[in-house]
Amino acid sequence: MTAELGHYALIVAFAISIAQSIVPLIGAQRGWADWMRFATPAAIAQFALVGFSFVMLTVAFVTSDFSVRLVAANSHSAKPMLYKVTGVWANHEGSMLLWIAILTLFGATIAVWGGNLPPSLKARVLAVQSMIGAAFLAFILFTSNPFLRLVQPPADGNGLNPLLQDPGLAFHPPFLYLGYVGLSMAFSFAVAALIEGKVDAAWARWVRPWTLAAWVFLTIGIGLGSWWAYYELGWGGWWFWDPVENASFMPWLMATALLHSAIVVEKRNALKSWTVLLAILAFSFSLIGTFIVRSGVITSVHAFANDPERGVFILAILAVAIGGALTLYAMRAAQLRSTAVFGLVSRESGLVVNNLLLSVSAAVVFVGTIWPLIAEIFTGAKVSVGAPFFDIAFTPFMVVLAMILPVAAMLPWKRSNIKRTMQPLWGIVALSVALGALVWSLQTGGRMLAPVGVTLAVWVVLGALADVATRVKLGKAAFGESLRRAGNLPRADWGKMFAHMGFGLMIFGISAITAWEVEDIRTAEFGETFTLQAYDIRFDGVEGIEGPNYTAVRGEFTLFKDGKEIATLHPEKRNYPVQSMPTTEAAIDQNILRDVYVVLGDRQSDGSWAVRSYVKPFTSWIWIGVLVLSFGGVLSITDRRYRVAAAVRRAPVGAVAAE
Amino acid sequence: MIRFLLLILMLATPSLAVEPDEILADPVLEERARDLSKGLRCLVCRNENIDDSNAELARDLRLLVRERLVAGDTDQEAEDYIVERYGEYVLLKPVFSLSNAMLWFAGPALLLVGGWISAVFIRRRSKAETSSDGLSDEEQDKLDALLKD
Repeated sequence: MTAELGHYALIVAFAISIAQSIVPLIGAQRGWADWMRFATPAAIAQFALVGFSFVMLTVAFVTSDFSVRLVAANSHSAKPMLYKVTGVWANHEGSMLLWIAILTLFGATIAVWGGNLPPSLKARVLAVQSMIGAAFLAFILFTSNPFLRLVQPPADGNGLNPLLQDPGLAFHPPFLYLGYVGLSMAFSFAVAALIEGKVDAAWARWVRPWTLAAWVFLTIGIGLGSWWAYYELGWGGWWFWDPVENASFMPWLMATALLHSAIVVEKRNALKSWTVLLAILAFSFSLIGTFIVRSGVITSVHAFANDPERGVFILAILAVAIGGALTLYAMRAAQLRSTAVFGLVSRESGLVVNNLLLSVSAAVVFVGTIWPLIAEIFTGAKVSVGAPFFDIAFTPFMVVLAMILPVAAMLPWKRSNIKRTMQPLWGIVALSVALGALVWSLQTGGRMLAPVGVTLAVWVVLGALADVATRVKLGKAAFGESLRRAGNLPRADWGKMFAHMGFGLMIFGISAITAWEVEDIRTAEFGETFTLQAYDIRFDGVEGIEGPNYTAVRGEFTLFKDGKEIATLHPEKRNYPVQSMPTTEAAIDQNILRDVYVVLGDRQSDGSWAVRSYVKPFTSWIWIGVLVLSFGGVLSITDRRYRVAAAVRRAPVGAVAAE
Repeated sequence: MIRFLLLILMLATPSLAVEPDEILADPVLEERARDLSKGLRCLVCRNENIDDSNAELARDLRLLVRERLVAGDTDQEAEDYIVERYGEYVLLKPVFSLSNAMLWFAGPALLLVGGWISAVFIRRRSKAETSSDGLSDEEQDKLDALLKD
């Protein structure tokens, strides 16, 4: 019964979503309060129904109900419970259901806590949100029903791709979806504002927390995916410029631009129409990302042509959503002209340059990602666009961004004096260039990657600290006074400091691993000791072990430094019999300065084993950077001005507290 | 017994990209081969270079690259040799040609256009300061204060 109940709930949710797309819009246009109010219970009901449907699918997976086709195709009774649950979204149909569940969750959040929004804006936002929901519910119901039954259920399921049976990847999709779908809120607000013809600081104050939240989720989601690739794929790569990665990276870049431009709308009432456009584009890239991943169009044009139903459906959603929103924008954008003025050298100008660099870099990723498709359609040529292209075409934007960031972040609003802003920064410029030069001389010339990377990283990290130090008058005023000022500093400013520092830390980690990695490939016999940079590695032997749903050969290696034993490493070669698919589990000895990464290869004909080992310096700094970046975002969301704005006006309504 | 069979089965599956037996004795040539391999696509994989891939075909290509280098080819000659046989598709960095012009110039062109629009926008904003339309800074501050909380 569970599958049928879930299916039924989806159909009812679809019906409600259509009503919710129309009724509140008419109400807002005509000023009919009860028609507008319809959106609130409708949005809550939609969430309840889709949530229920999602729970029903989860029950089918957890109880290994193999009469449901999706469960039979993607689960197995011997799978650990964690992966039975995560198996729900580790497939096309289930992941789309999760997508909609999150979409309706956000809609319900606005319905419950949006009491302080102007009623017409709230009605319109929920109506737009519901249009997206209706489109994707139709997509699920007509092309990707997860609840289909099998006439003859198999005795056991096909299991889940072993690569996906991993904690890092298990939670990668939900985070990405929270991010993608979070951007739908910015989109709905943008479209609603265009219908209303009004964008003001209050609007930005609503959009920014949503954008920040979506951005934090995207950051963590992308970080998890990258971390997973690093330890699971067997050679420690962490970013491949794969179309599927780019699909998540483009919305991230646009969301980053959006959360910066929304600050200008909020604080200075400028850049309004650009911010609305960015909100539309950011979600458009989420939709494009969903299309790229779900249609298989990039992997192979032929895969798309063979099973065009889903791809065409998403393409239609894309065309209507993006085309419709942009048409509306073209009609209404002129009404959003702002009157604010600012000087050539000002925070506003700095943020314009930030937006320019971020959105053009997103466009570069976009063109690179779809180029194989375009070239094939127009010239018939088959071309590949991979990492070497993106390294050249994308990196310069990030270099320039890092160069201007600390200065632009400290420029005052409206009008400023570049000399005064630069005053506390000259020392940092000198220090970072000196450190870069030191690195250059230590590596005795060679590639400029590491020296440039170190210079930029030091510049960005210390620049972020200098910003706060200047704000609290550290060293200029008495220490107690500085402390008091620090206490009064809004959380958003701390968020800014952490986020920018995170960016700097990532630059360092990425430059270090790219420039300084040491690799060793060899065959080793039991008891043999080999040298890898400053380390000695002894190959102690192998044994067969048995996991819950796999068997493995596990190697044992002892790591020595200066003759002292520092770690024992156990890389594995696993085999998952259900799929008869091998995976490698690298063994990593991790610390803040370097990772020692050992992979066990094949047994050679002479009885020795292939072994691959690496020293990857400062790799953890990439993940630390991701965490610091996200932490900055979280701090900003909890800034007082968003809470106060939400609380003050809600009080008379008597609704429940937001936090 | 089954476990033992599985173990044997597993030992037969390749799990490393560059195998120890492929590596050239000359470290300079090997280094060049590795660099070249990073720019060549494993044709049967999704967006993976032959240096990282553990597919059979990737191994064949790696051996081919090394063969050419040992035979005395320059990097360019070795790459051309592979492209001649497998097509432009094998290059992860598309050649800088007329047909790929849009790909290579998209970034710079957009930057120029966007930069120009931004410059015009910023200049108009800063000029508006002196003109009378729009709010004065003082008025703007008041408005900001009103909008705050």
